[in-house]
Amino acid sequence: MIKDTVLQLIRELFPDPDPVVEEIVAEPAEGDEAEDAKKKPAKKKEKPRENGVIERDHAQYGYDIDVQLAPGELLATVVILDKAGFFLESVTGVDWIKEDQLEVVYDFSRYDFDTCRAVIRTRTPRAEPKVPTISKIFPGAGWHERETHDFFGIKFDGHPHLVPLLLPEDADFHPLLKDFKP
Amino acid sequence: MSGPIHIQPGETFTLNVGPQHPATHGVLRVKMEMDGEYIVKAETVLGYIHRMHELMGENRTYPQVLPNLSRLDYLGALGYTHGHVLAVERAAGIEVPERAEYIRAITVELNRVASHLFWFGAFVMDLGGFTPLMYAIEDREYILDMLEAVTGSRLTYCYYRFGGLYNDIDDEFVDRARAFIPRMRKSLKKYDALVTGNIIFRKRLDGIGPISAEMCRKYGATGPVARGAGIDFDVRKNEPYSVYPEFDFDVPVYDECDSLARYNVRMDEMEQSLRIIEQGLDKLPDGPIMPKKKPKLIKPPAGDYYQAVETARGSFGIRIVSDGTKNAYRFKLRSPTYSNMSLFDEACEGMMIMDALALMGSLDLVIPEIDR
Repeated sequence: MIKDTVLQLIRELFPDPDPVVEEIVAEPAEGDEAEDAKKKPAKKKEKPRENGVIERDHAQYGYDIDVQLAPGELLATVVILDKAGFFLESVTGVDWIKEDQLEVVYDFSRYDFDTCRAVIRTRTPRAEPKVPTISKIFPGAGWHERETHDFFGIKFDGHPHLVPLLLPEDADFHPLLKDFKP
Repeated sequence: MSGPIHIQPGETFTLNVGPQHPATHGVLRVKMEMDGEYIVKAETVLGYIHRMHELMGENRTYPQVLPNLSRLDYLGALGYTHGHVLAVERAAGIEVPERAEYIRAITVELNRVASHLFWFGAFVMDLGGFTPLMYAIEDREYILDMLEAVTGSRLTYCYYRFGGLYNDIDDEFVDRARAFIPRMRKSLKKYDALVTGNIIFRKRLDGIGPISAEMCRKYGATGPVARGAGIDFDVRKNEPYSVYPEFDFDVPVYDECDSLARYNVRMDEMEQSLRIIEQGLDKLPDGPIMPKKKPKLIKPPAGDYYQAVETARGSFGIRIVSDGTKNAYRFKLRSPTYSNMSLFDEACEGMMIMDALALMGSLDLVIPEIDR
């Protein structure tokens, strides 16, 4: 199973895994996943998530691997997925204004029947949002990152052509920020 | 006024294709740096029909967003609305009656055939053959009439509801759908005889416009573009949803990576869609089309949900980040043509402009869906 291989490789990136994360990882792995997973997210909402790897129930969430990491670990993880033969589905952002953070979400999926969707998240401060670009590894990320820059104002470090894609070329606003006033 | 400009050998000039060019099928612009007839470099410019559906998804309640999804892709709208209702059903945990799922699958496949038919006509028209468009539109009209009778609209459907459907299908629809299958099979033979073997047509496509499997992966291309590059990927099979596991159908895959392969994939797909419709009509169970108990107000528990579906153009993904309120916190639409089009800049480098336009046609672009 590619899922286990990739999980193994990504976990190696976190040499000192957070104990809280470990607990969450351990539980859905044992037997009755659906029952556990249904109760879990409702209880611990509103709490900012720790960095780490979580296995998700595909039937409930639509993806299998859910990784949150620091922007510095992003490229190493993307290289792992690239080598494992994943393709890039999309890059997008989420504005967590209460926590004063912007989240960048990367979706990766596979062409073969070993279905596995991996979601990589990384957070960056709202005041100066900056994440390294992955367009050198996946050229397809170029457009997605430009779009995310349009909507959230996140700077993708090293992007060769970070100009507005969907918004007008002189746009200086970011409509998907929660404090955006038209 | 100065006289005519003489371009020196080795000198390039910039050519703007679009935003109002018939070959782009919408408002898309490609800035091309040309060396004579050859493209040195191309840059696609988007955003001429950007409407920010993602923000609309955030400041409206879940049911209020329903009509938005069919405004993405006006040719294969049902596939997109299907993805949306499935995503919200997954997030909110709504059960769907079996009959409703069967009707969804039947209508989505009908819509897929209609979309491919229009693409077929428009694509051949791009290459200079006008007649096939007329035949294709006649067949497509049959589907649109059929869908209009049951959904109430011809293109921008708002037929699916969270948990089921707006309207049950009647015997007339079933009869017309059954009559449509042999009619369409006959038409497919006709198209094959009329177009596929045509020497001019083949010379424009065969071996031209290569998009390799590796390129598809790097750019995230899906749908017929990936299947024309030898990638056996169809969300209906790889990540089954709805009632698709119940159906027996094949995924056409061609290894040639050229424009002709992408044409062949779509033509074969129509036959597979007909097979699904046929089986769906045979297996169609009786029962309700809406669940007995359904929450009055849709408030999915907080979380991040993703749903992928196979639309006529590829894998359409929808991400709903819920904070437990009646509006979505984040509403991301991953449109397949966006990724498929992003590889155009690289793929068309060094090609002749007419071949590049044929390649663009073979990507099956619908611009409102790229720009969202």
